[in-house]
Amino acid sequence: MSEALPAETVLDVKNLQTVFFTNSGLFRAVDDVSFTVRRGETLAIVGESGCGKSVSALSIMRLVPDPPGRIVGGSVTLEGTDLLKLDDAAMRDIRGNRISMIFQEPMTSLNPVIRIGDQIIEAVRLHQKVSSKEAWKQAVDMLRLVRIPEPERRAREYPHQLSGGMRQRAMIAMALACRPALLIADEPTTALDVTIQAQILALIVDLQQRLGTGLILITHDLGVVAQTAQRVIVMYAGKKVEEATVESLFETPLHPYTRGLMASIPAVPSPDAREDVRLIEIPGMVPSLTKLPPGCAFAPRCKLAVDRCRQEYPPLDEVKSNHWAACWRAGEMAEAS
Amino acid sequence: MFAYIVRRLFLMLVTLFGISVIIFVLLRVVPGNIVDILFDAAGFVDPADKANLERELGLSQPIVIQYLHWIGGLLHGDLGYSYVSEKPALEEILPRIPITARLAGLALLFSASIGIPLGVISAVHQGSKLDYALRVVSLSGLSLPSFWLGLLILMASVSLFGTMPIFNPNPKTWLEALSIYAVPAMAVGFRSAALTMRITRSSMLEILRQDYIRTARAKGASEASVNYHHALKNAVLPVITVIGIEAAFLIGGLIVTETVFNIPGIARFLVEALRWRDYPIVQNLVMFIAVVVVVVNFIVDMLYAAIDPRIRFGD
Repeated sequence: MSEALPAETVLDVKNLQTVFFTNSGLFRAVDDVSFTVRRGETLAIVGESGCGKSVSALSIMRLVPDPPGRIVGGSVTLEGTDLLKLDDAAMRDIRGNRISMIFQEPMTSLNPVIRIGDQIIEAVRLHQKVSSKEAWKQAVDMLRLVRIPEPERRAREYPHQLSGGMRQRAMIAMALACRPALLIADEPTTALDVTIQAQILALIVDLQQRLGTGLILITHDLGVVAQTAQRVIVMYAGKKVEEATVESLFETPLHPYTRGLMASIPAVPSPDAREDVRLIEIPGMVPSLTKLPPGCAFAPRCKLAVDRCRQEYPPLDEVKSNHWAACWRAGEMAEAS
Repeated sequence: MFAYIVRRLFLMLVTLFGISVIIFVLLRVVPGNIVDILFDAAGFVDPADKANLERELGLSQPIVIQYLHWIGGLLHGDLGYSYVSEKPALEEILPRIPITARLAGLALLFSASIGIPLGVISAVHQGSKLDYALRVVSLSGLSLPSFWLGLLILMASVSLFGTMPIFNPNPKTWLEALSIYAVPAMAVGFRSAALTMRITRSSMLEILRQDYIRTARAKGASEASVNYHHALKNAVLPVITVIGIEAAFLIGGLIVTETVFNIPGIARFLVEALRWRDYPIVQNLVMFIAVVVVVVNFIVDMLYAAIDPRIRFGD
């Protein structure tokens, strides 16, 4: 990364391991994943459904449902504190205060029987000693900050009276009410109309920059990544398979899986195109996490796979400067490009 | 909302009218009237005397006239006279209402204050030993008939303390009053408490899986706040419905409980009056119970709107 001023690290995740105990066996939803987020920086986590990106986020929040899930290893250091060593009460002080999370489903993520304003107030008053009057004022200010028209009136309304986009704005207001050091946005725009998606993304990025918040943006949409993130990690079957700056990743994706993801972004066909263009897909399915192949988990779907890929898991190597990939053939790809 | 309430009140009147017809007709379909019973008991039948008495009580009139007479009186606050005691029906019924009301209120309070928290605990600790224990107890609550439970309580009380709570119309202290009412209320409320617990549990299990529960945790809310503030507020709607239905159902349980515990409330009085075919008492009592049930239903619907902002009537 060619940044002039190295900003302070807000979050440092090291060798995180989260497993789930299910009837069909134990599976490693997050397997030895490490990454950092700096103040004001956006880190995108990309991958297909079930690759472990949401579980990584929930592990940072320590909200993985237990049972069946459990964090079994690694460390999650936020502003110098290892969150995995905190007791429950101390962790509650962190949640919603130093780290906040925005979820995928704005329609169901707000409590239907509590007024919008009261839900924001709750986030404020859990962490700050303010009067209810002051908290209400803050809630209205937050709604104004996320550009909800008529914030005083909206604060008194219930979630069902707001559209999906408005609800996601309210979620953002709630998440940022205590000015957290880190914001985790788990597919914040997936459930929204395309026209609203861009607005919400722009809002998140704008507020993040204004407030200096570190942002983890979880998405499967590489277009979103290109627009918003500075660094990207790509996850596959619970493991980090590639990490790079946005420029480097889009210029020379080194992992075949990342290449597959990029190739499957549908291009807008030109109006005079004669034939229907078939969408490109990655063949096969994400493997079941309880029955992972011995070597690289992506090998069964990979056109470039060689025998070694099926036997040994490739290490995550820094193939280019500030660009890591876990692929036996990443070196060849770096040279070829 | 106002239009809705007006419409509901009108519907309540229609319902009550229907109930009044059904009570009235059913009572007269049952073979024998008070005159038959009196003369049977005397063992001597003079048809002329019998006809005289029937005329005196108005039983010889056509059924429609009898009905209009009853309803007309009812609208003027005149409930007629008890055939048995020959006192005004109102005087017979009114003093018994508070007794049953206390019993029913206490039973419902018992079922809500025990059933709801235990249901929450059971749901939060789903699959634990505590959960299984609570579910077994609640199953027994649903299976035990209240009269049998009442008898067990009385027997246990006698064998443990050598005495049992005896009804006293004028308890001196509120503690004595509570002891008089609490035991029968528990006997009859155990079933409701068990049902309330089970409904609360299943409703909570459903709600605890919702996304907004995760949101509440992500805000840093404590488990108590998540369970009782965020979850229970959503989970309580079906519980209210059940408690509303139970309030109506309670009268059936109270008939045996009042008999077992020898409490002079309206439920036991209703059965006695029925045995004597004391039409004025039975009609008016059933009518009163019907009004209570209809009003409770109305209150439940209003509570729905008060608790869940998504429910708005009459839009």
